Amino acid sequence: MIKFLKNALHNLLSASYPQSKMLAALLLLVAVALSFAPFLFQGTVAYNTYTKICIFIVLVASYDMLIGYTRIVSFAHTMFYGIGAYAMAITLKQLGPQWSSVMVGLSLGLIVALLAALLIAVFSLRVQAVFFSMVTLAIASAFAILISKLYTITGGEDGMIIRTPQEIGPAFKLVAEKVLGFDVIQFIAAASIDPSNVERHFEAAFFKFYFNGKTVLYYGIFTLSTLLFLLMLRWMNSPFGRVLQAIRENEFRAQALGFSTVYYRTLNVCLSALVAATAGAMTALQLKYVSPDVTLSFTIMVNILLMVVIGGMGTLYGAVLGVSLFVLAETYLQDLMAVVYSKLGEDFVWAGLFNPDRWLLWLGVLFILSVYFIPRGIVGELRYRAEGRRIKAAGLVKDDQL
Amino acid sequence: MKGNLINSQLLLPCIKPIPLLFLAVFGLSLLAMPAATWVTISIAGLSMGAMLFVMSSGMTLIFGLMGILNMAHGAFITLGAFIGASVFISLRSVGDGLGELADLALLLPAILVSSLVCALLGYLFERLIIRPVYGDHLKQILVTVGGAIVIEQLIQVFWGPNEIPLPRPEMLRGSFIIADIAIQKYRILAVLIGLAVYWSMLRVINHTRIGLLIRAGVENPEMVEALGYRIGLVFVLVFIAGAALAGVGGVMWGLYDEMITAQLGEQLLVQVIIVIIVGGLGSIQGCMLAALLVGLLSSYMSYLLPALAPFSSIGLMLAVLMWRPQGLIPIMKT
Amino acid sequence: MAQENRRESAAKPLLSLSGVHTHIGHYHILAGVDLQVYPAEIVVLLGRNGVGKSTTLRTIMHLWQASKGNICFDGSDITKLSTSQVARRSIAYVPEDMGVFSKLTVQENMHLAAREAPLNSERLDWILTLFPTLQKYWQLEAGNLSGGQKQMLAIARAIVEPRKLLIIDEPSKGLAPAMINQLISALQKIQQENSSILLVEQNLHLAQRLADHVYVMDEGRVVHSGAMSHLLENKRLQQQLLGLYFDPLTQHSAEENGQSTAALQSS
Repeated sequence: MIKFLKNALHNLLSASYPQSKMLAALLLLVAVALSFAPFLFQGTVAYNTYTKICIFIVLVASYDMLIGYTRIVSFAHTMFYGIGAYAMAITLKQLGPQWSSVMVGLSLGLIVALLAALLIAVFSLRVQAVFFSMVTLAIASAFAILISKLYTITGGEDGMIIRTPQEIGPAFKLVAEKVLGFDVIQFIAAASIDPSNVERHFEAAFFKFYFNGKTVLYYGIFTLSTLLFLLMLRWMNSPFGRVLQAIRENEFRAQALGFSTVYYRTLNVCLSALVAATAGAMTALQLKYVSPDVTLSFTIMVNILLMVVIGGMGTLYGAVLGVSLFVLAETYLQDLMAVVYSKLGEDFVWAGLFNPDRWLLWLGVLFILSVYFIPRGIVGELRYRAEGRRIKAAGLVKDDQL
Repeated sequence: MKGNLINSQLLLPCIKPIPLLFLAVFGLSLLAMPAATWVTISIAGLSMGAMLFVMSSGMTLIFGLMGILNMAHGAFITLGAFIGASVFISLRSVGDGLGELADLALLLPAILVSSLVCALLGYLFERLIIRPVYGDHLKQILVTVGGAIVIEQLIQVFWGPNEIPLPRPEMLRGSFIIADIAIQKYRILAVLIGLAVYWSMLRVINHTRIGLLIRAGVENPEMVEALGYRIGLVFVLVFIAGAALAGVGGVMWGLYDEMITAQLGEQLLVQVIIVIIVGGLGSIQGCMLAALLVGLLSSYMSYLLPALAPFSSIGLMLAVLMWRPQGLIPIMKT
Repeated sequence: MAQENRRESAAKPLLSLSGVHTHIGHYHILAGVDLQVYPAEIVVLLGRNGVGKSTTLRTIMHLWQASKGNICFDGSDITKLSTSQVARRSIAYVPEDMGVFSKLTVQENMHLAAREAPLNSERLDWILTLFPTLQKYWQLEAGNLSGGQKQMLAIARAIVEPRKLLIIDEPSKGLAPAMINQLISALQKIQQENSSILLVEQNLHLAQRLADHVYVMDEGRVVHSGAMSHLLENKRLQQQLLGLYFDPLTQHSAEENGQSTAALQSS
């Protein structure tokens, strides 16, 4: 039985284990929290947060395929994300809010994303890697302008509101009565402030909610995200992924061994783009709204960069931790900043630093510090330490001469 | 991949492609519009090109010499614009009523202060942000992106998030009328400044010892060091110069638009990148030619096919990547 | 040629490496190199490919950092100095790829190397007598020169001002035999000027004619040190260290002459 489970896990994770007890614990925590999220966290803000976490784990992991496994910085990822979102939105608008439209919208998004990926690959992978970064920036910017100009179809700067199929709307009730949930955050917060009345807080934390279309949507997104993540794990630990890593380590040698770097890199960009577009489609369904600000802005690109760097490049699991931390911080830390800002008062010149609109400033500083001090990211650091402990435990001495 | 010095002679034995390209651009557009309009728009294009050149020349040299893709270059442009604007506006309010000539002359300190502050910031940026990750291309793109965000946000902290109007001095408003053709005064000044910068840069690069070091350093920085020169110092100087130029370009653009926003540099960065790719990374002449080309194309298209105008420069970049990826004037190995 | 007695009589070496180790990434390239170069001496570093000869030169120039050991030049420890500082101690380096700047003219290449600008015209005349072709191509972009001409330029650049030590990596590589003679005579004249030369060479003919002292390297260490004349006399040593013989009669190594000569020699 145990052997069967072990085998199943091996296949599921494509032999890519966390390699660190701490990391495994954290990942498990995130997985459990997300699996039961509607039952553990109450309210709209929480809903948007955990849904966003699922989608962004997929988006950031797909970016990790590029930056972590081939060390190329692409600025076009939000473009693929936007393509997926807009394709879904436009299709739903033109063809009506049915499930068939959703399928068509998703397919359209995937096709356009694939074409865009090929375009970028063809023009920039023939030359140095640094060209790739610059070309992606230019093309992504041109795409944003295009979306803006085609405002009759896309809604321009204002964006589009979408109607989605009934089954994933709030009116649809999967279960007639309200379902029981337990608000973990409330319990922990209350119990820490007032430990004497733990039992009362425990009872108060229970809540009831309707398992409606929104919950169905969440579980749809959760399932799809999990599948995509496991798929990416499989890709990156397959022979394809190994070749990419070989190219990353030593491009010349990989070419000498007969691997066409252009082919592999192109394939990688395309796969990454397809996953990103799917994430975009999910976002469109969740928010029921698309606009350049929400899908294409450079801020989102920077957010993705930050999440992947803090989480750990080249690990895929880094996306899980990076996204969770970041989205939570983004949602709740900005409130904290607003409090500080109001306390400091507007006369104080430096108060502007705490203006919640200046959230990006701290992001930028954090970003730079992460590149210097935790270049391996959280996952990388955890794995590095675990490996160090393993080497010590096995009694091996680090060979200075090697 | 080594040394793809494709000599233009090899591609087309009798005809040099670059003059031909310009001839085509000028000629075709002349056929498509009345002559007077053509002159006005060409000058518009040339002036835009001149400003783009001032902004891009620093970035191409920095990349050519140090292999650094400075994603914060746009932020330097923005900063230059804001500082120049602040200096100009405050000097103006002090010297109000001194007359038109004084008004114009106040531009000089504005540009000067702007370039000095940008130069200083460039030095700090190189030391604190770039040098620690020198050699690692990935990290260097990341930290410069981070730096760009921080600079842009700090600008909003100190100047507020709104746009700031920047009216031109009286003497630079309006146009000359020559033979029924309207030629904006400011555009002429922009072209003159661009040419002045171009000429000075070429003089320094080709006729001074530091220029020699830069040219040699673009090819083989290790050998320059082995000849007894601290190439690191040369790098810093080039970076500082590049930052200062970005600042000057920012002021110029701000006066052109008569408006500056915190996103100014971010938007212009895309154009700058297109210019340096089309021109050839590391080449000053290439940068000038590319900048003029981008400016002209953009202006002609705005008149002829306005819907396509924002895509003209990116189309040019894609065409260059397809046909001649090392740029108009190749220096770097692709 | 054989001024080995100069070694014994001289007080101190100009350049001395003791116990120098160099790591490049994971690889341990130099595993304890000891060598000395005395004033006005030509020293040749021989050995198979990949034993660390070029790495030794690069370590002296601080293009690779020595992980252990000392490098002393002209009485001071230069192990920790930067490349440009090492160069300014009057050491000129000519790398294997010659390091000629192809977009700069011959004149500009020379100007760049002359740190105490401007070019001293007397010295320049002397250099141009050593390498006449440079005069002819003075204004040409160096990228247009042939391999041999580039080599001439690289060496001319190295001596544009008097230097105490020249470090040259495989100067004869890719050179036509006629040019090699020109090279040999130029290097000899440089030695007469009281400069020392440390040479990495594969061409035994050139090594034979120039070297006062020879070091043979293997696997990151010096395995033989002795006078060139001594090595020339000892065929067994030649075979043992290098796997082939010097042939003093025809002035070519046996390797170049083919198997028949080798057969003759071994009998």
